[in-house]
Amino acid sequence: MNEEIIISGRANHLIDPHLHIWHWPIPLYLFLGGLAAGILFFAALYYILGKEDVYRTIVRKAPFITPFLLIIGLLALFYDLNHKAWFWQLYTTLKIQSPMSWGAWTLMVVTPASIIWSALHINDLFPKFKWPYKWLVELEAFFSKHKLTLAWIMMIFSVILGIYTGILFSAFNARPLWNTSILGPLFLASGMSAGAAAIILMSKNHAERLLMTRIDLIILGIELFLITHMFMGFLASTEVQIEAAMLFLGGAWTVPFWVFVVALGIVLPAVLDILELRGYHIPAMIPGALVLFGSLMFRFIFAFAGQESRWLY
Amino acid sequence: MRYAMAVDTRKCVGCSDCVVACQTENNVPIGYCRDWVVEVMDGTYPQLEMEIRSERCNHCENAPCVRCCPTGASHYSDGGTVLVIPNKCIGCGACIASCPYDARFPHPEGHVDKCTFCIHRVKKGLEPACVAVCPTRCMYFGDLDDPNSNVSRVLKKRKYKTLIPEAGTKPHLYFLI
Repeated sequence: MNEEIIISGRANHLIDPHLHIWHWPIPLYLFLGGLAAGILFFAALYYILGKEDVYRTIVRKAPFITPFLLIIGLLALFYDLNHKAWFWQLYTTLKIQSPMSWGAWTLMVVTPASIIWSALHINDLFPKFKWPYKWLVELEAFFSKHKLTLAWIMMIFSVILGIYTGILFSAFNARPLWNTSILGPLFLASGMSAGAAAIILMSKNHAERLLMTRIDLIILGIELFLITHMFMGFLASTEVQIEAAMLFLGGAWTVPFWVFVVALGIVLPAVLDILELRGYHIPAMIPGALVLFGSLMFRFIFAFAGQESRWLY
Repeated sequence: MRYAMAVDTRKCVGCSDCVVACQTENNVPIGYCRDWVVEVMDGTYPQLEMEIRSERCNHCENAPCVRCCPTGASHYSDGGTVLVIPNKCIGCGACIASCPYDARFPHPEGHVDKCTFCIHRVKKGLEPACVAVCPTRCMYFGDLDDPNSNVSRVLKKRKYKTLIPEAGTKPHLYFLI
């Protein structure tokens, strides 16, 4: 049998034997960013649809956690930089070909928007709170007046935030597992389902929970479709992409991916959602927590497995 | 001007002199290398074929690292060389992940590091350190736009290949076969 042995004298730290330049902070940020994007998207959507008073958790309460999610995510990103003192260089350039560049700018829009949105609803959390200075009161009045514009900005940029992380990965043709354009929509769907799940966990209103359960079920279905589609694409592609898919189809990442992401993170919560909608009483905790867990695992597994996939030459 | 390098896989003996010369010339941190030697053994015993390649950054014409760099630290410089400005680099690792040749590494000081084609030597009219030191003279360096340069002449005469041309990077590192 014809065999090929490749021996390389290179042993660069974090590069060999396979790439591991991105550690836990990156997938953690991807998860927190996606989750925040999902929550902010639904908040803006239902505000624009005029349902602020019907779905108070979706529009007013759930977004309170998003500034924290985004700031923890940003700190994780900062922690992962190797040349930390120069991080500001990110904000001296806007490079459209670099998803990381426009992603960084997107964060600079979404994070303040999430803080302003939360500040506008501060009385939902602390009923007796009053803004101390006159200029703060005026600022609040200004944003209250332009809340619809803010909602539109938040909705559009939360979609960009949700999708850019997938595009960031898919733009690397050096890593065949990431190099599929389906990753953008898949990351967006995963973030949206995590957002819906977080709202279900926070809401005490039955109608609201039922609505989000329905939405969650639809998005989980879309995720399953996208994952199937991704594998179809890989298996019909070149040798490197077939090998990349094999990481999940018999390779080292098969069990984590199918058990944690697909079975526990998508199929089981989807079944529980269906049972809930059929009138069975399912504690909201269970499908909600499972979806969040699946979304987190999806990012960890994809970030690490993708770095293991490569061209052989 | 388009700088390029050709490595004769039939002459290279894999002595790693190029690796040591580069580490010395460029003060590469201990444990890392900007160029390295790959040995490929192919076939069925006893019909075996061996190829030895001295590899480094391919200074691609369509460089994914330049494309994905969020700050512009990775850029095209004189003669199409792909260089990094350390004070613009934030150490995000995007370029490292984007390189199909894995030619980049994180310098212990934080910024990314890689082969520069020894542009500081080339500007003085010298050859890159790896080329200059090679005991078998298996490496050729020069300007592809100059038909009389070492690299142009040897590429006219010999058969050659590039590494993973299907990645679409248009590499400037040629291997004579």
